[in-house]
Amino acid sequence: MSNLSYVRTEILPEQPAPAGEVGVVGWLRHNLFSGVYNSVLTFVSLAVIIFLGYEILPWFTNSTWNASSLSECREIADGACFAVINERFNQLMFGFYPNDLYWRPVLAFVLLLVALAPVLIDTVPKKFLLFTLVYPAIMYLLIWGGSIWGPVVALAGLGLGVAVFVYADKLAGTLAAIIAAVVAMLLWWLYAVVPVSDLLINNVDIGFQKVRSDQLGGFMLSIIIGLTGIALSFPIGIILALGRQSDMPIVKVMCVGFIEFIRGVPLITLLFTASLLLGYFLPKGTTFDIVLRVMIMVTLFASAYMAEVIRGGLAALPRGQYEAADALGLNYWQAQRQIIMPQALKISIPGIVSTFIGLFKDTTLVSIIGLLDPIGLSTSIRANQAWNGIIWELYGFIALIFFIFCFSMSRYSMYLERKLKTGH
Amino acid sequence: MTTLSEEPRAFRLSMLIYDTRYRSMTIQIVALMGFLAVLAWLVNNTVENLAIAGKDFNFKFLSSRAGYDINQVLIQYTNDSTHGRATVIGILNTLLVAALGCVLATVVGAFVGILRLSKNWLISRMMAVYVEAFRNVPVLLWIIAFFAVLTELTPAPNAFRGDSPSASMFLWDTMAVTNRGTYFPEPLFSRSLGNIDFTYFMISIDLLAILAVLFASGWISARIKKHADAVQNATGVRPATFLQRLGISILPIVALMFILGLHLGKPELRGFNFQGGVHVLNSMIALCLALALYTGAFIAEIVRAGILAISKGQSEAAAALGLRPGRIMNLVILPQALRVIIPPLISQYLNLTKNSSLAIAVGYMDIKGTIGGITMNQTGRELESMLLMMFIYLVISLLISLAMNIYNSTVALKER
Repeated sequence: MSNLSYVRTEILPEQPAPAGEVGVVGWLRHNLFSGVYNSVLTFVSLAVIIFLGYEILPWFTNSTWNASSLSECREIADGACFAVINERFNQLMFGFYPNDLYWRPVLAFVLLLVALAPVLIDTVPKKFLLFTLVYPAIMYLLIWGGSIWGPVVALAGLGLGVAVFVYADKLAGTLAAIIAAVVAMLLWWLYAVVPVSDLLINNVDIGFQKVRSDQLGGFMLSIIIGLTGIALSFPIGIILALGRQSDMPIVKVMCVGFIEFIRGVPLITLLFTASLLLGYFLPKGTTFDIVLRVMIMVTLFASAYMAEVIRGGLAALPRGQYEAADALGLNYWQAQRQIIMPQALKISIPGIVSTFIGLFKDTTLVSIIGLLDPIGLSTSIRANQAWNGIIWELYGFIALIFFIFCFSMSRYSMYLERKLKTGH
Repeated sequence: MTTLSEEPRAFRLSMLIYDTRYRSMTIQIVALMGFLAVLAWLVNNTVENLAIAGKDFNFKFLSSRAGYDINQVLIQYTNDSTHGRATVIGILNTLLVAALGCVLATVVGAFVGILRLSKNWLISRMMAVYVEAFRNVPVLLWIIAFFAVLTELTPAPNAFRGDSPSASMFLWDTMAVTNRGTYFPEPLFSRSLGNIDFTYFMISIDLLAILAVLFASGWISARIKKHADAVQNATGVRPATFLQRLGISILPIVALMFILGLHLGKPELRGFNFQGGVHVLNSMIALCLALALYTGAFIAEIVRAGILAISKGQSEAAAALGLRPGRIMNLVILPQALRVIIPPLISQYLNLTKNSSLAIAVGYMDIKGTIGGITMNQTGRELESMLLMMFIYLVISLLISLAMNIYNSTVALKER
């Protein structure tokens, strides 16, 4: 074999990639200047960003944090007047809650994180769920105050229900036991709670200073309403969705009617119903707290949307899953709990979380019926002589807080989706 | 030999719960009875409370004099008109703001949704910032903030006065942005055809003529396209129709405008305020813009998800057939993406319409402002007003979803 000079016998050493394809330059070429059209877009958006930065940055750097009115702010510097947030921070957070009691809502929200931990993070031991169950009573006590016996006696109803269930389960079977437990709890709550707690209050009065509902406000109020709505609308939504999917025509019609009615009217009309019309619908002389009424309406509203989201998840589940559950001999509730719901809920996580986010944002609507949530407070702050004319600083701050809450919820849902993903 | 057939057993009461044949019936009857009992209780309470308050339940107040002014009316209205007419004004205002908002939101949403998919890193990030900023902040906050900006940072009408005014009009002195609203030039016809009076409302014949001409040109243009399609199917060569269709779309309407004598009525500063032109309230601009930008952020995500839902193989196959990128989008991707996009889009339109009830926060007179606001407070008929308002919203919602569902069925996959 002759050694032909035009055939290379050894492999050439590896060359580095062209300078324009790797590193910063490569990234820029690929992502910002990959063609004439893209380069134009890049320059236009750069111009927009630089313009905005040029306009907004001085506003931030020349800001004032310590002043007692807008005109005083303007004398100090011509930038943003964040003094309004500095001065009204407590009000925006707590409304007109008594100053010396701020530790109570703060403690309630710290405990809230503890109560949420076993629900949101699965490395936390499940024993903590017991605390989550008790938490509503603790929160009520801390926020509204009053004697500790009311919530304790109300909680005892739950214990009574469990006791009745355990006892009746052995005697008469599961279904009868559930019915008996529910009846026992309802009877306890309707007829026993008030006399028993009164009796206890008269003898051993332990409790906190009471706070009226109209003293609640700010982000505390939004979080209270949003949290109750989220916690209650989820189970109600599941029941409504199951009712809508059910084979029983009467139940189905009732669920469809409820869902479509609620989804067809704006939340505002429901809130006005709560503040104006509930007096007509309930027996004469029944008055109950406006915050409670709003909570009920927000919950009903969100549960109709929740039902539709979960129904979507149920509908997306292949028919085979239902049939397989039947073939295993599971009854309806067993099939729902073990097979259907875990999958349907997983499919509907994005929808569920966006309903939660929507609900939290919708709590601002209570300002229209006169509750002092952040937006209601912003109106009254702006009506004040000292802060008349302030716009961006105040609204920007409120928007930022809402953004933090909602954005972290949506990120959590994305994390949950990734974690539960079983497909390929 | 044993048989599997069961002896028919005597009916026992416990079978109502434990026998699956009867259980669903039992549950349904119990649920129905519970529902009826609650309903009866509520109605009974209402009747009693109305009796105690000395009120009755009727809608006669709708035909009595309203006695209040409405700052934006689409059909004729004075404070001598009835409460019923005020309600109609409110409905029209709601529909107007909802329609404008939907159109604007769709445009913004489609634009942003497509740009978010851009390969350009900077653009897609900027659009992501917009979407997240608007999605995660309550729409009420946006509405109020926009309104505050429009009323507090814009000049008063008298700032336009004098030799060296501190404010100036836009677009060659035809548009004025003031703290009392924005004034646009208004189309006027010097040879107007007048109005038809339907006693309850009036319709401008000019408008009817314009609509008729537009409809006719659209129909003829569609016929030309159909003919071109037929020719293309028969011969394989598509006749050039662009100029014909452009002409038929533009020339007749231009001719009509000329016949009617179209000219623009500019807003002018007279006295303390601008006169002439179309006066658009700040409340309406704030409401429209905030609703459109807020809903637009949601629509952008829907559009993006819809386009991403179409598998890459579709665009690759289209490219393999030799289609240009624009045509791939128009002929292959969009028709399929629309099927994914439209159902959630419908619910966004519904949301926008329902959110338009937040108009009350900025004083725009929609249904909530008329029947659910001043009328309710003046007549003291909370029950009737609220029920009527809810009914109107329900009807609007049902109509929108009906219309969009019909559209949806025309683009849905035709399965055989």
